[in-house]
Amino acid sequence: MSGVPDNAPQHCPGTQSDDAGKASACAGCPNQNICASGAASGPDPAIQIIKERLSNVKHKILILSGKGGVGKSTVTSLLGHALASRNADVNVGILDADICGPSQPRVLGVRGEQVHNSGSGWSPVYVTDNLSLMSIGFLLGSPDDAVIWRGPKKNGMIKQFLSEVDWGELDYLLIDTPPGTSDEHLSAVQYLTSAGLDGALVVTTPQEVALLDVRKELQFCTKLGVPVLGVLENMSLFICPNCKTRSEIFPATTGGAAQMCSELGVPLLGSLPLDPILARCCDDGRDFLQELPNSPAVIALRSIVDKIVATCENTSS
Amino acid sequence: MLDSVKRVILVLSGKGGVGKSTVSTQLALTLKERGYKVGLLDIDLCGPSVPYLLNLENQNVHQGPEGWIPVYLDNEQRLGVMSIGFLLSSRNDAVVWRGPKKTSMIKQFLEDVCWQELDFLVIDTPPGTSDEHITVMENLRQVPQCGAIIVTTPQEVAIEDVRKEITFCKKTGIPILGIIENMSGYECPNCSECTNIFSSGGGKSLADIAKIPFMGSVPIDPRVGKLAGKGLAAIKELPDSTTSKVFSELVNQLAPDSL
Ligand SMILES: Nc1ncnc2c1ncn2[C@@H]1O[C@H](COP(=O)(O)OP(=O)(O)OP(=O)(O)O)[C@@H](O)[C@H]1O
Ligand SMILES: Nc1ncnc2c1ncn2[C@@H]1O[C@H](COP(=O)(O)OP(=O)(O)O)[C@@H](O)[C@H]1O
Ligand code: SF4
Ligand SMILES: [Mg+2]
Ligand SMILES: [Mg+2]
Ligand SMILES: [Zn+2]
Repeated sequence: MSGVPDNAPQHCPGTQSDDAGKASACAGCPNQNICASGAASGPDPAIQIIKERLSNVKHKILILSGKGGVGKSTVTSLLGHALASRNADVNVGILDADICGPSQPRVLGVRGEQVHNSGSGWSPVYVTDNLSLMSIGFLLGSPDDAVIWRGPKKNGMIKQFLSEVDWGELDYLLIDTPPGTSDEHLSAVQYLTSAGLDGALVVTTPQEVALLDVRKELQFCTKLGVPVLGVLENMSLFICPNCKTRSEIFPATTGGAAQMCSELGVPLLGSLPLDPILARCCDDGRDFLQELPNSPAVIALRSIVDKIVATCENTSS
Repeated sequence: MLDSVKRVILVLSGKGGVGKSTVSTQLALTLKERGYKVGLLDIDLCGPSVPYLLNLENQNVHQGPEGWIPVYLDNEQRLGVMSIGFLLSSRNDAVVWRGPKKTSMIKQFLEDVCWQELDFLVIDTPPGTSDEHITVMENLRQVPQCGAIIVTTPQEVAIEDVRKEITFCKKTGIPILGIIENMSGYECPNCSECTNIFSSGGGKSLADIAKIPFMGSVPIDPRVGKLAGKGLAAIKELPDSTTSKVFSELVNQLAPDSL
């Protein structure tokens, strides 16, 4: 439902929307007659193009959370590194669908790289031989540049990323999203459903303010028929580096992710502790799995990755 | 219906989960404790936190003759609240809306709520620089006494997004009142060792670089997290905490003509 022609006014609802040609923004738009006739509202041709483009991508996973700052981008990058490092023959791609706040270039340590457009499409940036990334961050001139776009334009960008990036053969495509249940999420699901979406990994933290929004995200998945691979509880416990006392920085006053998962009947894949070194690695773009391979966070992560791989491989066979 | 609002304060951040809703609610509560008449408008449509944070979850807004009547926290009606949370039938309901629909909801929130006379209207926002933000800016540009408080956490991943929000404010002409750094360090309750879980000092150096006033640094304090869901002001419940001091100081700055 993106479809915003270049000549449309700023508030264009999108040629595929129900209001196409009828919204207040449409007054005076050169396309108004076509849009109002419904001629432009057929199935978006991009869906077919995306299906073909992604036909060499075996598994597609969305990383979602209703809540901001819970670690979606961190988890996406950890998952990417973990999948790519288990087997050099496994190819992993990450698509950063957070248009206003892209974090992947920093977290994966490839800030300032350029993406090239060739005959076969945009080539992503390679973090390692078998881990590649596409993000709007690569298209911005300066770190201060803001992407001040309304929904339809963001959708257009996501459509372009999905239809024009030349990933090559991929075993996994991980899609990092912004918080919420709006344009980016609807577009990603809309475009990926017919290309085959394995499901969503939902990230939360233990406190109720986060769970409240995450329940909404789970309802979004139900409404749109997106399978939930499972929930990952992040930043669960903090262990003081000095005296090893455990603290709940984000107190699970309502039973945390475990309680929510059992109420709603979704699998809880595991928990990651709050590790200041992990936060530092994200800032510096270093691979935490290599820095601290035996830390509790990495051990917990590996078991979560095993579960995700098992689910993906089961559903595809 | 913002004619009778003296001052509008937007709470913004490019980054999610940095504490915008915590700052918005604590700021509103602090202003109320100081005797001001305050409105709190939550324009985070997909993730409204304000009704939960203020313990108002099962309340409803009513349609009065002149528009929506906000939900009041106190009998004296010194703190009125409006959020999409009050319009949902269940707290698990998702608002699966694209931009144009969100835009029209926010316009209604700005035009159709009967705030009566307010000293301050605090607006809590979702992260980003998109529909919600553009709409609010377009509609508030005419309001003379309107400014933004930017919330960040100290680490680079957050600062990076917050820089984009500053650009957004500059481009749209909203004056930035200052930056608050949240979740700076964590003091172990057992050994008092302070760990900078999300690094430290990022907010202050951003303020220096961007030449924006720095309004204080709030540490990670699980007691503050636990005020969530209770609707209680840190300045009353935790008077000796750093959080309480930062908010008192903030209100002193915002309202030098204190009552
Ligand atoms: N100083 C603090 N000490 C401890 N916990 C805090 C502090 N500030 C915020 N929190 C907690 O951090 C979490 C995120 O805060 P909050 O919901 O206010 O963020 P937000 O920026 O509004 O998030 P979103 O982008 O999703 O709207 C909450 O659980 C809150 O209680
Ligand atoms: N388990 C963890 N331990 C310590 N810091 C974490 C952990 N998970 C995430 N972080 C940090 O929390 C911040 C928010 O994470 P991020 O992945 O950017 O969230 P989101 O993408 O959901 O907005 C980042 O600074 C990140 O490094
Ligand atoms: S008529 Fe309306 S929907 Fe169609 S292109 Fe113009 S603004 Fe967009
Ligand atoms: Mg992110
Ligand atoms: Mg919030
Ligand atoms: Zn300690």
